[in-house]
Amino acid sequence: MELDDLYQQIILDHNKKRAGYGLHPGGFPSHQYNPTCGDELTLTVRLSEDGATISAFEWEGKGCSISQASASLMTSEATGMSVIEFESFANGFRDAMRSRGTIALSEDEYGDLAALSGVSKFVARVKCAMLAWVAAEDSLILTRESLN
Amino acid sequence: MSQFTPEQSAAIRAEFPQLSETVSGHPLVYLDTAATSLRPRIAVDLESEFALRHTAAVNRGAHSLAGEATEAHDDARASIAAFVGARPNQLVFTSNATESINLIALAVQLASAVGAPARFSLATGDEIVVSEAEHHANLIPWQEVARQTGAVIRVAPITDGGELTAEAVKSVMSDRTRIVAFSAVSNVLGISNPVRAISDLGRAAGAIVVVDACQSAAHGRLDVESYGADFVVFSAHKMYGPTGIGALWGTTKILAEMPVVLTGGAMITRVDYDSSDYLPAPAKFEPGTPRLTQAIGWAESLRYVESTGVDAIAAHEEALGADLFAGVADIPNVRILGTADAVHRVGLVSFAVDGVHPHDVGQYLDSRGIAARVGHHCAQPLHKRLGVDSSTRFSLGMYSTSDDVALALAALADVRTFFGEG
Repeated sequence: MELDDLYQQIILDHNKKRAGYGLHPGGFPSHQYNPTCGDELTLTVRLSEDGATISAFEWEGKGCSISQASASLMTSEATGMSVIEFESFANGFRDAMRSRGTIALSEDEYGDLAALSGVSKFVARVKCAMLAWVAAEDSLILTRESLN
Repeated sequence: MSQFTPEQSAAIRAEFPQLSETVSGHPLVYLDTAATSLRPRIAVDLESEFALRHTAAVNRGAHSLAGEATEAHDDARASIAAFVGARPNQLVFTSNATESINLIALAVQLASAVGAPARFSLATGDEIVVSEAEHHANLIPWQEVARQTGAVIRVAPITDGGELTAEAVKSVMSDRTRIVAFSAVSNVLGISNPVRAISDLGRAAGAIVVVDACQSAAHGRLDVESYGADFVVFSAHKMYGPTGIGALWGTTKILAEMPVVLTGGAMITRVDYDSSDYLPAPAKFEPGTPRLTQAIGWAESLRYVESTGVDAIAAHEEALGADLFAGVADIPNVRILGTADAVHRVGLVSFAVDGVHPHDVGQYLDSRGIAARVGHHCAQPLHKRLGVDSSTRFSLGMYSTSDDVALALAALADVRTFFGEG
């Protein structure tokens, strides 16, 4: 396992850039916590008026470069997707993260997120990469429940 | 610098086969002994030999094997007790120090529910004193006691440098103080606390005094009686022994007073359908089939520690620890938790690297073969108190060398550059 597999430049950049950083009131924020390291992240998914499209991700949190970059990259790559697209996008991301290095994220589909493919070889870091995604899925569920 | 000669160090390291492993293509530099120490071959060999040839039920059965197993288990207890300056019947085997503390806390809850025995029975408004530096294991069980009994937690402040004084403990004590629980050495700061002075305060107030000795147990001579406490707890896996076993030491008096928590076979004398009589300690706290091979392995690990020299190990770790501390302190943009002026520290240093999360620090160190602990080290309130979320920790064992320290410092010095911070 090479360290550069894990820490690609894109990840180090997004750890600082943190697209989507900053929460605004309202919506359905989801707070996620990683008990092994104490990292935490709160994320709100904003939907278009018809509820079909993700118009924005807003998040705040503290954590390692993998968790921060994953949240930032998700924001960059998935904003504007339909909710249905995002759900399958997130499932694909999770499958790759849990694949122990057997599934690489394709650049065609995942864009810069493909830089996170290496995380799956570092089992202890998968939770870091998933933190923002779990929050997004949770926020979507809370949002949907509010519409029922 | 190392107090062992290179030959002595080589002989010690040869006894720990894991040290010849490679991590990320580098020889392993194991700096996580404060979490779990590595195992000496001689103890693991004896443990496995015992399991293969002498497995049998302890404290039951009349056949030869059962008798031998019972004797071996008793001998192991006697030998571990001798190592910590205790009498065998004062040493209760548990799963680990966490369970030991929980046993005391549960005994308090059970006693409080029925109002007896008085020493263990807490009521609304009674107070439990802990320090700001406690491991979760010496905090959360007391929170549960407080929740169940209406007692209140009082937290003795540490200095900004992480030191706990007897005066600070005294400042939060009152005539309602019923329990005083604190660690001999903080697992984050590595600073030795004035255990005797704090114990004396607690005992003078009639409180039950509990000392968490996990970090002091194998890094010097542990003499449980010298702590002056009612209870002292420690874990085998931080003493070069196996996981799955630890101990609750108590004075003969307090163990006699303490109500049973777990019950069943092997802890009884008379049993009727409606009531039973219990054996004295330690048996009354050890229902069921005991941890046989673990006890054998732990005792043998301590024989190995003893044969290497407890004082020599302590001197070695202290000297090497001073180099480690000074080396980390010299690296720019790295903040050490705890003062450099502490009277006595064990070979342990926790630190925060400016701009780099501990998980990333740990991952980078791992890529250089260095095993360090990262996170909150089961001490979230302490980290909050010191103004950080989490930290990275290097800790030493008897097998640590000057080379280990040099490699760790060199890697740590490169961390910020790797993450584009330096």
